[in-house]
Amino acid sequence: MIYLDNVAGTKPDARVVEKMLSFYTEHYGNPSAHFYPIGREAFEAMEAARGEVASFINAKAEEIVFTSCGTESNNLAVKGFLKNPKNSGKHVIISEIEHFSVDSTVTKLINDGYQITKLKVDDSGLVNPDDLKNAIRKDTALVSIQHTNPEIGTIQYTDRLGAVCREAGVAFHVDAIAAAGFSELDVKSLNCDMLSIASQNFYGPRGAAALYIREGVKVSGLMDGGHQERGYRSGSENVPAIVGMGEAARIAKAEMGIWVPELVRLQKQLWDGLGGMFDFLHFTGNKDRRRPGHVSFWIEYIEGESLLMWLSLKGFACASGSACSSNILAEDEEDLAASYVLTAVGVPSDICAGSLGMSMSKYNTQDDIDNVLKVMPETVQRLCEMSPMYNRK
Amino acid sequence: MAKGPYSDKVMDHFMNPRNMGEISDANGVGEVGNPACGDVMKIFLKINDDQVCEDVKFKTFGCGAAIASSSMATELMIGKKVEELLALTNQAIVDALDGLPPAKIHCSVMAEEAIEEALKNYFKSKGQDPAIVDEMKAKIKKEN
Ligand code: FES
Repeated sequence: MIYLDNVAGTKPDARVVEKMLSFYTEHYGNPSAHFYPIGREAFEAMEAARGEVASFINAKAEEIVFTSCGTESNNLAVKGFLKNPKNSGKHVIISEIEHFSVDSTVTKLINDGYQITKLKVDDSGLVNPDDLKNAIRKDTALVSIQHTNPEIGTIQYTDRLGAVCREAGVAFHVDAIAAAGFSELDVKSLNCDMLSIASQNFYGPRGAAALYIREGVKVSGLMDGGHQERGYRSGSENVPAIVGMGEAARIAKAEMGIWVPELVRLQKQLWDGLGGMFDFLHFTGNKDRRRPGHVSFWIEYIEGESLLMWLSLKGFACASGSACSSNILAEDEEDLAASYVLTAVGVPSDICAGSLGMSMSKYNTQDDIDNVLKVMPETVQRLCEMSPMYNRK
Repeated sequence: MAKGPYSDKVMDHFMNPRNMGEISDANGVGEVGNPACGDVMKIFLKINDDQVCEDVKFKTFGCGAAIASSSMATELMIGKKVEELLALTNQAIVDALDGLPPAKIHCSVMAEEAIEEALKNYFKSKGQDPAIVDEMKAKIKKEN
């Protein structure tokens, strides 16, 4: 199978898995137990991982809080920040294309008396920094805007958005989950106060993620318990996964310079190849500011789930934002909905149907891209022939 | 290989759809859309003088379940009388496909509705009132 759904998670690097193993077999101690060796070893390994993650994003080790997944990091950033008594203001700003873990968290805040502004994006998915400037009010407590959108690949002007927040004295959280390992992340030049990353998105294991909290920014933990992670996150740490995340961060920092240019090259080939194939294929997201190795588009006349199924039968793993493919495990059709990200960038919702996303990793090769370009015409043609809309053209 | 959300029958009809295409001299054509996801299904019928479905073809813009439902529906229709076509429920299509996930039942409903529309169009082309289809359907429902 050719895996092209890397925004959903990457294959862990073999060195990462190797490094994790002994934390299941030998160093299985609890890092809170400092007075015997296997506890102390676990603690030291965890702190070493913290150092690697910190240096990966140009932060200090004390500014890193380990969590269990990207969703938890985003929840901690938004709710933990607003919950802290030092932070006031009842207005929160996000964009209309945030990940569910920010979007639904923030939407629910309305019940607690918050007012929410969801900034519009242009048809390439970009937030205009001037719009942010105009949306900030006296009572704005927090701005949360993602770095890279996993669905359409667009990379925001995060540094400029951060500068607007700094100037206004408003806290700025960045969901960089789809960016880590693919774009350089420097919390200082991004002007952010909090930043979420997840290990599984940059060749690390599932089960470990982090929230960067800039020194001096006040955030309250969401779970009560044993005061782990300096109270930001009670609960026994997932040491093997954290160790793996540290190794993944170390590798990414050292080797991104090798794999990113290659991803950019393959992406260009895929983009140009698909673009020249059909005049009814429309790319989504920003052509220049996009995640390396990420190509997304929608095709008129055909539906996304059937395209996804055909590609899967031919050995390709991709993603679709179509309503039909949205929630196959749902109990009824009411839970099927086209992606709000695609609607936001102007893809008409009744034809969001044919959307497809392909996201590469460092493991993809020239052959993979040649193969996709080979199967796409026959696959699309087949579905077009079946479509009652196609002939009307 | 791990099984997906669909039965083998659904996958078979998805990969090898039966009776896909159009009938240029069809005497009944029905097209329905699905408000839940913007999908469209079109059915072409050829009914002979004995009111038997001689040929049927479909075109579908929709998910795997919608394609399989239309394909299966056409298989169940060929050689059947008009009343039998009207008695063909979406449940019969689902059963013939060895089931569909709950969120996908509406895709089979689309097939039932497309048949109904095609028959209305057929009666209209015969100069009859298409409302007869609704009456017949209501009658069948009552009998069951
Ligand atoms: S046609 Fe859209 S879910 Fe089946």
